[in-house]
Amino acid sequence: MSLTLATTGRVLAQLRGDHRTVALVLVLPCLLIGLIAWMFADQPQVLDRFGPMLVGLFPLVVMFLVTSVATLRERQSGTLERLMTTPVRRGDLVAGYALAFATLALVQAVVVVGFALLVGMDVAGPLGLVVVVALLDAILGCTLGLAASALARSEFQAVQMMPAILFPQLITCGLLMPRDQMPQVLEWLSRAFPLTYAIEAMTSLAAGEEWAGVRGAVGVIALFIVGAALLGVLTLRRRTP
Amino acid sequence: MRKNAVEIRDLRVVRGGRPVVDGLGLTVPAGSVVGLLGPSGSGKTTLMRSIVGVQDKVTGTVEVLGAPAGSPSLRRRVGYMTQDASVYTDLTVVQNLRYFAALAGVPAPARAVAAAVATVDLGGHEKQRVGTLSGGERSRVSLAAALVGDPELLVLDEPTVGLDPVLRRDLWSVFRRLAADGRTLLVSSHVMDEATQCDRLLLLRAGGLVADTTPDDLLASTGAPDAERAFLTLIDRFAERGAAPAGRHTAEEDPR
Repeated sequence: MSLTLATTGRVLAQLRGDHRTVALVLVLPCLLIGLIAWMFADQPQVLDRFGPMLVGLFPLVVMFLVTSVATLRERQSGTLERLMTTPVRRGDLVAGYALAFATLALVQAVVVVGFALLVGMDVAGPLGLVVVVALLDAILGCTLGLAASALARSEFQAVQMMPAILFPQLITCGLLMPRDQMPQVLEWLSRAFPLTYAIEAMTSLAAGEEWAGVRGAVGVIALFIVGAALLGVLTLRRRTP
Repeated sequence: MRKNAVEIRDLRVVRGGRPVVDGLGLTVPAGSVVGLLGPSGSGKTTLMRSIVGVQDKVTGTVEVLGAPAGSPSLRRRVGYMTQDASVYTDLTVVQNLRYFAALAGVPAPARAVAAAVATVDLGGHEKQRVGTLSGGERSRVSLAAALVGDPELLVLDEPTVGLDPVLRRDLWSVFRRLAADGRTLLVSSHVMDEATQCDRLLLLRAGGLVADTTPDDLLASTGAPDAERAFLTLIDRFAERGAAPAGRHTAEEDPR
């Protein structure tokens, strides 16, 4: 546990030193939501309906990118190799990273939800749950990014992991077309993707559901977080060629 | 006290589909400074990675401090410095060292960090980000990160590369002092004049051991005036006997 926290502290120290990344993580999602609010200024129901989904989606995408690049950098700088000769366990590294980015994600979720409210988003469901789901989405993005970075051998591959892993989920998650109108196979496929549940939870909250209405989806997101973290641990190799 | 810190028998390592080390056997006596010399591509780094347990596709026996290389129990007892400075360039010197001290479970981290900074002569740079340091300074931060856990065995891959002569001399006296305290150091280098500072020398070429000797014996057996020419002489002799497959030579077969 102390090695996990030492790793979290180290990653947070790295983030603290990188003001521009922190600013991007916090400001970029606000900017995008601001654009949508502006675009549909005379149709406020659009922001009410899609705002919560975007509040859940942007943190996931941003965290996915940030973690997959951070771990790739760790591999390439040789620090990962050095870490593998120390008592730190692979689980400590993944948990340490996830915890550090979850901290950033919490700040992000609060800032983004706050900004969305400011520009006129009305959420029918409980606001606290919107923040919780946004936070879980960000942690999911983080653990998926950790797992995906194991598949990338170069920066070129790492940045393409985002479209490779997230875009199919984006297309089938119900944002483009309600899932019950999709071809059967695609609907089944969407059930296997975590983003579907992230969007489902946010849609329900936007429609005024309470905890009872979203706990199923939240549970599935939590399971995907655990699964992706385990995958991240398993794909971290102590011995390399 | 254990006689050998590292014992290797029949080591074979495959990289990129071909054996880069094949049938290597050697020992590193405890409490000594052992120099690992050889041209680039001779397998020095591969050997060191095998000893610290991060090299894949390793067969044969690699025993470190009485346990198989890479055992979890060894991770507190072995310090490794990679060839490129593997520290976080976006953290300060002290932030880096504090992290590695925490991972090694050092009881008094602040003192250990201060001591490591002093050892590598980086006083005054504590709060500086590693990315803003010079190449030589960075490599010293990397060395300090290996020292900060006070390990029994230090595996240092070219720790003095890019350093000026004064600093090199100082670091070698640090290595000598650590060995006098009972630590074991395996230090790779291709600066041959550093060879004279070692207790023992292991000369590698093409993944095989060309010689396991002492600095004095190296000079005596080759009749060369300095380590560099002695090394070249040995390599030439080795090449003349070239009929034998590379890497099959062990210490016993080498001229003394």
